[in-house]
Amino acid sequence: MSSHSASAFAVTRATLLKDLRMEWRSKDAINSMLFFALLVVVIFSFAFNPTAEQSRQIAGGLIWVAFLFAAVVALNQTWARELRNQVLDAYRVSPAPPNALFLAKTIGNFLFVVVLECLMAPLFIVFYELRSVGPLWQLVVIALLGTWALVVNGTFFAALSIRTRNREIMLPLLLFPICIPALLGMVDATTSILTGEASPDFWIKLLAVYDIVFTSVSLLLFERVLNAE
Amino acid sequence: MKKLSLISVFVVLALLGMTSYLNLGIAPTEATMGDVQRIFYYHVASGWVGMLCFFVNFVASVVYLWKRSPQSDAIAVASAEVGVVFCAVLLVLGTLWARPVWGIWWTWDARLTTTLVLWLIYVAYLVLRRFFAEGQTQVLAAAFAVFGFVDVPIVYMSIRWFRTQHPSPVIGGGPNSGLAPSILYTLLTNVAVFTLMGGLFIFLRYKLQRQEQVLEAAHAELSLRGVAQ
Repeated sequence: MSSHSASAFAVTRATLLKDLRMEWRSKDAINSMLFFALLVVVIFSFAFNPTAEQSRQIAGGLIWVAFLFAAVVALNQTWARELRNQVLDAYRVSPAPPNALFLAKTIGNFLFVVVLECLMAPLFIVFYELRSVGPLWQLVVIALLGTWALVVNGTFFAALSIRTRNREIMLPLLLFPICIPALLGMVDATTSILTGEASPDFWIKLLAVYDIVFTSVSLLLFERVLNAE
Repeated sequence: MKKLSLISVFVVLALLGMTSYLNLGIAPTEATMGDVQRIFYYHVASGWVGMLCFFVNFVASVVYLWKRSPQSDAIAVASAEVGVVFCAVLLVLGTLWARPVWGIWWTWDARLTTTLVLWLIYVAYLVLRRFFAEGQTQVLAAAFAVFGFVDVPIVYMSIRWFRTQHPSPVIGGGPNSGLAPSILYTLLTNVAVFTLMGGLFIFLRYKLQRQEQVLEAAHAELSLRGVAQ
């Protein structure tokens, strides 16, 4: 048992480090996400043309919709490179635990999106003149929980949609309806912190529940999805 | 078998005629809302059948993931399709009823929004089934069905926190809730007949799906032997 969990950890670590190294050298995911998120920010600004007060009200929505759209760009690339050289087929016949692969991919995507958020946050502050009225550290908690919620479902659905004919379109069609409660939680919690009008405690709990539930379901079902022929 | 289906179609049609007479003629006119309240019978009955279908879809999907029986997959497809139809009827009737009674077509209230999200999730499920390559559909669709069903209570929780306008449960919802007996019996008759109708739809769709499966299996075997084309 202990050697089994040790090998699972080794697989997760190896896959994660490989993905991080490839990303560090190519910067494919982060560049496309960054540029995409930047475009969304600019277009939203033209579409709504908000004043400073209005932008505090709508910023929560803007930020998270931009990150959601941008995350889809990275999520779509998650499994594509593993298909090219039949890596997934090799993985299927190897004794390595499937969940180790899933966790590695999820953690990798999580790190990419968190980096994106750190890079984009100053831009949002500059473009929309944001100032936080509520407790700022809670925003970090919400960002981490919310990003995990998007990424854990997104990585799983990306594994589903690589088998479809038009995979780039399929992922958002699956991800958006399922992640509505998480998105609602992130948006409302962020808005209530930025405006300082309400407490985000309920939303933090909801996001935590969402994360636990969907991480469990994903780990429960990933093996079957990987081995689906 | 064909005869049996035909007879059951006629029986359900006759029962539907009977309930329509009951709903539009016999049942008393409601005191405050007037005749428009008669939508209630269809609204609640189709809502009940829709939710029942989604539950059947969830159970059939779990059974499929566990046993891999083609029958359970056929039940899953049939119930998802019928559920989406009844859920659409529920939403449309709801807006028709809301306009004269609440003065608005639609409001982003907990139950309305949850139903809409539920409908979106199962439409995504049906789209996903269309897009998969042959042979992988069943497992992947079943996995998504589990995600969808697990999501529903979380959606409800999140949106209830967000806002609520829909009346609280009329039946068994507290000391002031409850229906006049004649309205209650009409409603129960409708629910029973609609359940029969939904069951019949699922049964007919199930048989069609089974025929498709048998046909596909036969094609696959023929091409394996090199006879087809």
